[in-house]
Order: sequence, then structure tokens, then C-alpha cells
Amino acid sequence: MNDTRPVLTVRNLVVRFGEGCDYCLSGSPLDKGRCPSCYSVWAVNRVSFDLYPGEILGIVGESGSGKSTMLRALYFDREITYGEAYIREYRDGRENIFGISNQQKRYIRNHKMGMVYQNPIMGLRMNFSSGANIAEKLIAAGVRHVGQITDRARYLLDHVEIPVNRIKEEPKNFSGGMQQRVQISKALANNPPILMLDEVTTGLDLSVQARVLDLIKRIQHELGISIIIVSHDLAVIRMMADRTAVMLEGKIIEEGLTDQILEDPIHEYTQVLVHSLLY
Amino acid sequence: MTETILNGHYNFAFLDEGAKREIRRSVLKAVAIPGYQVPFGSRELPISRGWGTGGLQITLSIIGKKDCLKVIDQGSDDSVNAVSIRKLITATTGVLTTTDTQASTIIQSRHRIPEEKMRNDQILVLQVPNPDPLKSVSPKEKESRNLHAEAEYSGIWLRLYEKIIKYGRTTMGADHPVMVAGRYVMNPSPIPRFDNPKLNLSDCLCLFGAGREKKIYAVPPYTEVVSLAYEDHPFTIEDVSSRSCKYCGATNVYFDEIFDSVTQEHYFQCSDSGYCEKRRK
Repeated sequence: MNDTRPVLTVRNLVVRFGEGCDYCLSGSPLDKGRCPSCYSVWAVNRVSFDLYPGEILGIVGESGSGKSTMLRALYFDREITYGEAYIREYRDGRENIFGISNQQKRYIRNHKMGMVYQNPIMGLRMNFSSGANIAEKLIAAGVRHVGQITDRARYLLDHVEIPVNRIKEEPKNFSGGMQQRVQISKALANNPPILMLDEVTTGLDLSVQARVLDLIKRIQHELGISIIIVSHDLAVIRMMADRTAVMLEGKIIEEGLTDQILEDPIHEYTQVLVHSLLY
Repeated sequence: MTETILNGHYNFAFLDEGAKREIRRSVLKAVAIPGYQVPFGSRELPISRGWGTGGLQITLSIIGKKDCLKVIDQGSDDSVNAVSIRKLITATTGVLTTTDTQASTIIQSRHRIPEEKMRNDQILVLQVPNPDPLKSVSPKEKESRNLHAEAEYSGIWLRLYEKIIKYGRTTMGADHPVMVAGRYVMNPSPIPRFDNPKLNLSDCLCLFGAGREKKIYAVPPYTEVVSLAYEDHPFTIEDVSSRSCKYCGATNVYFDEIFDSVTQEHYFQCSDSGYCEKRRK
């Protein structure tokens, strides 16, 4: 029987810049995510959600709403203030991944999660070959066989439609779309159950955007992995996501099936957001 | 000259006793944790940083009046750097010096381990320019310390992998990283790959000093030292099977390749000049 428990469970996640004060710590209303008393910024404010097996969860919101910060916190790129997250594939989802050692966090990053950044410079080593970039994940996972590593790198590059004969080339010589595809192949190197995509199509032209999104859809269909896709572009979310969460000022203000969110939004902000797309 | 200096101008072995004590403490810590880089307060010396001040400070700190010293630079006893260091040490300690590996108790070396097997009562001090193998992966000291603490060496392995897929082999001629006692990855100073196996289970104590980078590390006797290599690309040393020394006829040693511009002849001679000299006698 298939395990239908969430692959990732996030509870009460907070990323705060600043010490906080009695006012904001008591949950009093903030001014656009900022405490009017101590000026601490609550970039991610008590966010909770579940990611189910094989689904694509879209996180949408305007710039500065905290969606990328939340994703990076989940990928351990950013320190959290407090909160809990559980991965089903890690100790059967019984251990809060924010409370474990750095070594274990590294293990999760290498085995249980893949990340594709908006800016490829953050996700790739531009002075190493594309093959070595993919190899990095495999090496971190303990593979010490050049043949096996190279075979896997070739397979993944082919999978993301990058000519295999460019395996020795450095990504800095690639186009923006190709760099994103190298990032995707790197993220998939160890078959992680969760893939996180942070504004992957921003800055790409429309035809390249479509190719990258098609690729992600195909990979998700073939591998059955769960994906969190963060975007401020509702068209991307409409095309990709099964479910969507809308973020505003660090909080998830509305969550539901993508069609429901886009066709029949309840929250006032979501209505404005959807309206701005249509007209 | 030596007498003048010893009679009051300088402390024995140039450094003050407090400095030597602190360096010896760092050495002890390094010996206790093989391969771990111990920070130390690198002193000013009458030679520039980067010219062997790390090794020199270790030598000055551990040397005693009964020691017999050998100093070599790239295998040669007579290069300018070796001569300068030897002069400074003898002028401030008055110890005996030698070119014979077996007769020495302390050998300070740059870029080579002597050809003759060293004994358990000897100490090899190596000068190190770049102590941290993670420096190229993570230039920030704090980050590289964390990576060492977590034994996270993927970046080093990645560098090896990159060389292999680009050139078909690891192209590092010197300073090929090694795993010490199964825990710390260490730069063995820029010794040629030929010398890496000599560190493994060696009888003598090997001390590494980086004066500019202010680090000391050590490989105690009989410690396992394994050169990093992939399963399908084993570590190999330079192939010297078809070479022999023009002067002493030695084979299976590390050679310098010499070009004689008069005769237009290429030939090889032992890199370890003391060893070559001894064989010729």
C-alpha cells in the first residue's frame, strides 16, 4: 500500500531578522512584516504546510513576501529562528530536521533534497565542469568511483537535454536556460524525494521558460518526486502546481488546490493578485 | 662569529624560551591529533615569511645542544635557502650539521623526504606553504574549519575528479592530499607524489610548519597515511623505472632532470644530493 503521509511537514516556521520584543513575540499585528516597536523583520512568520508524495506545491507571492527565505531555510541555507520540519524519508519523519547536527543536515541536503536557485551562481561552481558540478552531489554522498560518477552525470545531462559531449565544459560558458538545466540535473543526482525550485524561470525568455517548465513536469512525472516551486509568476504556478499557497508578509494567507486559488480566491490579497494577472 | 652570538646577543636557538615553549605545546597537540592543523603564534624571524619560517620555528623550538642537523631544499643540501637556514640555526645554537641522513637527528626539509629510510629517533620537519587542502574549496577560514570538523572533504575529492575527467589522470605533481589516520585530510607540503608513500607508517615523527599561515600539524610515527584516490583511478607515483642517476647510478629514487646546454644532453641525477654523495663515496 502506498504511503500517503506527507513527504515534508513544516510547522510554525519562523525566520526573524532582529531580536524581537514583547510586542511582536506576543503575536501582535505587524506593519508589513515589521515590528512597529523593535523593527524586527518577520521574514517568515509561523508558516505551516504539508507536502504530499508526488505533488507539486506552488508558493506564490509578491517580492519580499518571504517565499525564497522560507525555501532557503528549509534547505539549511539560512538559519531559522524557530520552527519544526519533518521529512518522511529521514528517520521516518520522527525527528525535527532543524534540531539535528550539521553533519546530518548536510546528509539531508545531499540525499533528501535538491535545490535549484534563481541565480545559477548560487547553485553551481562556475569554474568546474558541468560533469563535476553533478559529481559534487554524488561525491558528497560517498561515491568514490569515477566511472560510476561520470555515467550518472552523462545520464542526467542527457535527461535535461544538454549534449553529453559538453560534460567537460564549464557552466559559465552555457546559456541561462542551460545553466538552470545543469542545476536541475545536479539537484536530481542522488534521486532526492524532494525538489525545491526557487524562481527557476525568472530571467529566462519565454521559449526557454517553457522548455524548463516542461522538463520539470516530465521529471516529476517520471520520477514521482515531490516539488516545491516558488514563483511570483502566477502563470508558472497555474501551469505547474497541483496545490498553491499564497504568501504575504511572511505568512501563508491562503492555501488550496491551484484551480480553486486561481478561480475562486477567498483572501482579498489573492483576489488582487489573480486580478492583476487577468487584466 | 658563532661564539659572539651565543655569548649574549641571542637566546639559544634565536627564539625566546616562551615562544619555543608555546610552539612545542602546539607540536604536542599536533602529535596528539594527527593531521589536525594547530594554530600557533608565528614569530618574526630574520628570513621572510614563505621562505621556511614555519619549519624553522619548529626546528628552533625542538633542537637541543646534542642534536645533529641536516637542512635540505628540494633534496639539495647546498641550495641558498638550505644554506641560509642552516647558518642561522648553527649560529644561534652551535649544533653539529651533516649532509648524511642517517647521522642526523633532525632534518628540516623543503619539498622532499630523504631517500634513506628515517629511524624512530629522528624527526623530519617540513616547510609548508599551503597547509589547508580546503583553502581552494573554501577560502574562508571559519568555513574550512567547520568542514574539517565535520570531515566534509567533498570539495577536495571534486578537485581530483575534475582533473581526472579533463586530463585522464590526477595532474597534481606535488602536494597530493592525504588522509591521516582515517580522519583528517592533510596537505603533505609540496613533496612529490613519489614521497607520499614514505609518510605512511613511517618510523620517524614528521612535523609540518607553515609560518605565513601560522599552522603546525604532524604525522606521528606508525600513523596510517593514505593518498586520496578513486577506486578506479588508484594513486600512482611518478614512473622512474627507466631512469638512473648519471653520477651514482641509483635507480628507483626521485630524480632531477638536468639539461646541459653545452653538450645539449638531458640526463637525470638524484634529487637527494646527500644520498647521491654518500653512494659515490
